[in-house]
Amino acid sequence: MCETTVAAMAGKPVLYYWDARGRMECIRWLLAAAGVEFEEKFIETPADMEKLIKDGRLMFQQVPMVEIDGMTLVQTRAILNYIATKYNLYGKDAKERALIDMYTEGILDLSEMMLQVVISLPEQREAKISLVKEKTKNRYLPAYEKVLKSHGQDYLVGNRLTKVDIHLLELLLYVEELDSSLLAPFPLLKALKSRISSLPNVKKFLQPGSQRKPPPDMKRIEEARKAFKF
Amino acid sequence: MSGKPVLYYFDGRGRMESIRWLLAAAGVEFEEKFLKTRDDLEKLRNEIDGMKLVQTRAILNYIATKYNLYGKDMKERAIIDMYTEGVMDLDEMVLYQPYLPKEEKEGNLAKIKDKSRNRYFPAYEKVLKSHGQDYLVGNKLSSADVYLVKLLYHVEELDPSALANFPLLKALRTRVSNLPTVKKFLQPGSQRKPFEDEKCLETTRKIFH
Repeated sequence: MCETTVAAMAGKPVLYYWDARGRMECIRWLLAAAGVEFEEKFIETPADMEKLIKDGRLMFQQVPMVEIDGMTLVQTRAILNYIATKYNLYGKDAKERALIDMYTEGILDLSEMMLQVVISLPEQREAKISLVKEKTKNRYLPAYEKVLKSHGQDYLVGNRLTKVDIHLLELLLYVEELDSSLLAPFPLLKALKSRISSLPNVKKFLQPGSQRKPPPDMKRIEEARKAFKF
Repeated sequence: MSGKPVLYYFDGRGRMESIRWLLAAAGVEFEEKFLKTRDDLEKLRNEIDGMKLVQTRAILNYIATKYNLYGKDMKERAIIDMYTEGVMDLDEMVLYQPYLPKEEKEGNLAKIKDKSRNRYFPAYEKVLKSHGQDYLVGNKLSSADVYLVKLLYHVEELDPSALANFPLLKALRTRVSNLPTVKKFLQPGSQRKPFEDEKCLETTRKIFH
C-alpha cells in the first residue's frame, strides 16, 4: 500500500504536481471553493517525478496525484468527483449528478483544448488557438448560456452551487485571458461569473497570495518540455 | 415509449461501445438508432433539448449508479473512477486506431502495445494481486471490471499476445465473461459491435466530415 505523508495524516489533502496550472488547477479551485485547506508538494526536477514513480505512488506513473483520506488518488476526474461528493457539491441525486457530469465533460473538453495550446509546439500554437476560439464561441459558451436561460436560476444545476459552477467560472476566466471579447455576447454567463466570484471562499482564492496559479510562462514551459520530455 | 434507453450513434464501436457493454452487463435492454448521414446528425443536434444525455462519462456514471455497479460508498467510487480513467486513457488510443490514416496506424499500434504492456496492464494486475479478490473493487462487480474486460478484448484484437504475462487479468476476463449477462452479450447476434471495417469508416466520414 502506498505511504501517506504526515500532512495527509493530519487531515489536509496533499497535492502533487508541478508549480503550474495544468491538470491540477481545477482540483485546487474545487478544494478552495469548498473551503478546504490543502498542501502542495511541487515536482521540480525529473528526479522528483522518478521518486514518486519508484515509490509506487502513481498508479499510471502520472500526476495529478492527491493524498486524501488515506487514499493515494490519481486521475483528475476521480479526484474531483471524490472531493465534490465529500463536500456536497455533486447534486442531490443520480439525475442531478448526470447533468453535472454532462456539463463538466463539456468544460473538460474545452479545457483540454486550451491545455493543448499551452503544451503544443510553438509552430502549432496559432492553429490550436484558432480552434479553441472557434469552439468557445460557437459550441461551448452558447450551450452553457442556454442552460442558464432555460431555468433562469443562479446556478447550473439544482438551484444551488455544485462543482460544475466552479469549473465553469475557472473556464470563463481562461476564456477572458485568451480573448475578453469572447464573453461579450453571453450576459447570463457574465452574471454567473460575477456571482460565483463573489462567494467568500472563491473571492479569497481569487486574491493574490492564494494557491491559485498564474497563466503559463512560455519560457518555463519550454524548459519543462526539455527536462520532462513532453 | 417502452422505457428502454435509446442509444444514438453510428453503427460502430467508437465511444458508444463502453455504454453498450455496461448496459448489457447490467442486464438492461436497449434500443439503438443508427446515424447514417450527416443529415441524421444535424437533425439530432436540433432535437437535443438538454434533457437527453450526452458525454460518455455522464452516461456511464448514471447507468453505473442506477444499476449498482458503482461501489458501496464514495471511497469505493473514487477507486472505481481512478481505475476507469486509466482504462479510458488507453482506450482512447485503441478506439482511434481504425480511423487513423494509414501512415499513422503503425505508430499508434506501437504506442498501444507499449502502454498496455508496460503501464496499464501491470497496474491492474497489481491491483488484483494485492487483494486476491475476484473483482477490482469491493469484492463485487463494478463498472470498472466491465470497462477493463472490454479493453482487454479490444487490445488483444490488435496485439494477440498482449495478455501473455498477465494471468490475473486473464482470469478476471474469463470470470466476467462467464456472468450470464456478459456471456449473452458475447454471443453472436448481440448488440456488441465488431472491429470497425471499411463500411464503418465510410459512414463516419460521411457523418462527421
